Amino acid sequence: MNNVVAQLQRQFHDYLVSLYQQGFLDNQFSELRKLQDDGTPDFVAEVVSLFFEDCSKLINTMSRSLERPENVDFKQVDSGVHQLKGSSSSVGARRVKNVCISFKECCDVQNREGCIRCLQQVDYEYKMLKTKLQDLFNLEQQILQAGGTIPQVDIN
Amino acid sequence: MKHNHPLAKEGRERERESRGKIPIHMMEVCNCIEPQWPADELLMKYQYISDFFIAVAYFSIPLELIYFVKKSAVFPYRWVLVQFGAFIVLCGATHLINLWTFTTHSRTVALVMTTAKVLTAVVSCATALMLVHIIPDLLSVKTRELFLKNKAAELDREMGLIRTQEETGRHVRMLTHEIRSTLDRHTILKTTLVELGRTLALEECALWMPTRTGLELQLSYTLRQQHPVNYTVPIQLPVINQVFGTSRAVKISPNSPVARLRPVSGKYLLGEVVAVRVPLLHLSNFQINDWPELSTKRYALMVLMLPSDSARQWHVHELELVEVVADQVAVALSHAAILEESMRARDLLMEQNVALDLARREAETAIRARNDFLAVMNHEMRTPMHAIIALSSLLQETELTPEQRLMVETVLKSSSLLATLMNDVLDLSRLEDGSLQLELGTFNLHTLFREVLNLIKPIAVVKKLPITLNLAPDLPEFVVGDEKRLMQIILNIVGNAVKFSKQGSISVTALVTKSDNRAPPDFFVVPTGSHFYLRVKVKDLGAGINPQDIPKLFTKFAQTQSLATRSSGGSGLGLAISKRFVNLMEGNIWIESDGVGKGCTAIFDVKLGISNESKQSGIPKVPVNPQPGNFAGLKVLVMDENGVSRMVTKGLLVHLGCEVTTVSSNEECLRVVSHEHKVVFMDVCMPGVENYQIALRIHEKFTKRHQRPLLVALTGNTDKSTKEKCMSFGLDGVLLKPVSLDNMRNVLSDLLEHRVLYEAM
Repeated sequence: MNNVVAQLQRQFHDYLVSLYQQGFLDNQFSELRKLQDDGTPDFVAEVVSLFFEDCSKLINTMSRSLERPENVDFKQVDSGVHQLKGSSSSVGARRVKNVCISFKECCDVQNREGCIRCLQQVDYEYKMLKTKLQDLFNLEQQILQAGGTIPQVDIN
Repeated sequence: MKHNHPLAKEGRERERESRGKIPIHMMEVCNCIEPQWPADELLMKYQYISDFFIAVAYFSIPLELIYFVKKSAVFPYRWVLVQFGAFIVLCGATHLINLWTFTTHSRTVALVMTTAKVLTAVVSCATALMLVHIIPDLLSVKTRELFLKNKAAELDREMGLIRTQEETGRHVRMLTHEIRSTLDRHTILKTTLVELGRTLALEECALWMPTRTGLELQLSYTLRQQHPVNYTVPIQLPVINQVFGTSRAVKISPNSPVARLRPVSGKYLLGEVVAVRVPLLHLSNFQINDWPELSTKRYALMVLMLPSDSARQWHVHELELVEVVADQVAVALSHAAILEESMRARDLLMEQNVALDLARREAETAIRARNDFLAVMNHEMRTPMHAIIALSSLLQETELTPEQRLMVETVLKSSSLLATLMNDVLDLSRLEDGSLQLELGTFNLHTLFREVLNLIKPIAVVKKLPITLNLAPDLPEFVVGDEKRLMQIILNIVGNAVKFSKQGSISVTALVTKSDNRAPPDFFVVPTGSHFYLRVKVKDLGAGINPQDIPKLFTKFAQTQSLATRSSGGSGLGLAISKRFVNLMEGNIWIESDGVGKGCTAIFDVKLGISNESKQSGIPKVPVNPQPGNFAGLKVLVMDENGVSRMVTKGLLVHLGCEVTTVSSNEECLRVVSHEHKVVFMDVCMPGVENYQIALRIHEKFTKRHQRPLLVALTGNTDKSTKEKCMSFGLDGVLLKPVSLDNMRNVLSDLLEHRVLYEAM
């Protein structure tokens, strides 16, 4: 049993570290993990799900705004990007945040093509992240079910 | 004495005898024809009267003498007087007694007469003898008297002279006063002529000044008459040379060219003329501590003419007066010249001042313009730069062919370099005009070194250069200083070491320096109470540096010309900037090298503060257990439009033990906020001013300060303008999102302790 737990824990550890190293996550995510304690065991999961919901909603809105080339409401796109950027930096979704930065710049210069590209990128990134985090949480659940504790991961 | 003719006497006896009984035979026939006239009696009478008067005179003379001598009391020869008196009295007595002898007289009378005569003879002889002694004395008294009179006359004369001199002196003083009372050259000269003319009652007074060429004398000023313009005489005239040759006033002929000022008509007998030189002192003649050379002096000529047709002559004292005046004029003129010069210098200085002021203002404007330009360019340049870097890095992470990857990597590298260069240029220009200030903070020194090494390690590993780090055991861990800039310096130096080494190893040593045994001689290290000097030595065994090139290393843009160094890139700014930073940190940096190919050691000292706390702000470590803050039950309000952010912030605060209420809009916030909430965290990310209005409204709602909750803004950017805006809207603090747990904990405790917070960035 311990072996399994240990193995799972190691897997978890490696996976999480790889996510950091690949730039999917940054420091902020580890901060979030710090906030999770016995009182709030699902804190991170909740935040992250909320984030993904937000992403989905915002992307839809922005997609609609960018649909017709004649009247693109850049203001709305801008506010959407702003929100997305804020959310992503709050949860530590590094790649998403980076795309948002470029997205904002395209929006500032009212580059519709650029915006669409960035939007697609954002979509791609958040979905990718979602998948990865899903895997991570699955691992977590497995560990907990196996009776182990989630290991602390030092990303330095 | 009355001549007593003996025969007459006998005649008289005969008469008497005839009256008496005197024998006739005793009578002789005298030869004198003496008729027995009754005129005999007349003669007798006359004799009688004369005798009487003589006696009276003889008696009165001594009385007079006595009277006057008594009155005078000065007469020194009383004894002589007595004698003289006696003599005269006796003579008088004799004559008096003679009166009785005209008639028959008894023997007593004859006896008295004889006695008197004898006495008279004795006294008169004595007096005669006396007088022989006295008269020379008396004569000498007379001589002395004459001598004294002469002396008195002479003294009178001298007094007259002194008085005249005194007059002259007074005139000179007055003249001097007049001349020196003004510092204007023309007035001086004019006054001189006027006053001289008045004092000495001159007919004409003229001043000849040397021309610019110095070859001629030009008539510049006259007292009484208009002179023709440009009336000049050559300076080499013998009379002029004579006058210039001596400092005394010289009498010259009235016919000499300098004295002929008015048309000569033969009738006039020209008055005497005197000329004197007036030295003109040139400022260029003055050396400090040195009197001007007389031989190079220029002179002006002053000519003074007495009124014609008067018998006046130049007296010595008048000449002296003229000489003195000439000297005074020279002094006054030199003063005037000095004053002119100093006024001119002052005007020049004022002009220069104005020009300098203008130049300074222009320079300031230029600096301001440059700073504005830099600030704008900085922002304008950085934005696309960031875009390039960000997008390139994103591109890197997509699927690329190796060619494309290479291209993207090059783009990334170049743009990073460019970004660094821009930063460097901006930093340097700020450093140059001193507007750069260190941002002090507490940080972990050991961690800093390790980080630097971690950053450099990849390149070093590729170049197969082992790097070792030696931290002295007494090196403080937590220090106060500018972390970012210190890292920049170390990075630059270590980077250089790696760049310029092809083989060998690199060692980085950090220690606390106490003595300056290897520091440059003009730098003394004195560790003060809460400060210490950190010394970092980076030694490499690489290319080395020619000792001659070492001074150039720290000048910006200068590079040693060897191909090896040029190929490794770099703009040459790194060391210059590092030096500036080191200087800002009150330190020193230098490089030692044994020569080309023998490696080199870069050493720098900087002053750092020792931190008392072991607080760490920077790279947070993941704590093993969440630490409860002392914020149990602290009521806070979180306002954020973004759901995710809101949730994260809430989680953060809940973790710290606070009781959190969340709102998602301004209006809701205003509705919900109460005096129970101690802190309100509001997100102000959205552009525009509306977010800040909420702060003002809260201020309005809570008039009493202790009731009002503390207001903290959460924002994504923390530049100066945001900070200022927050302050102006009455916010108590600004936090940079995303906030770490430790950060939040510190911020809260700081906030509650000080009720204001503007450092947690």
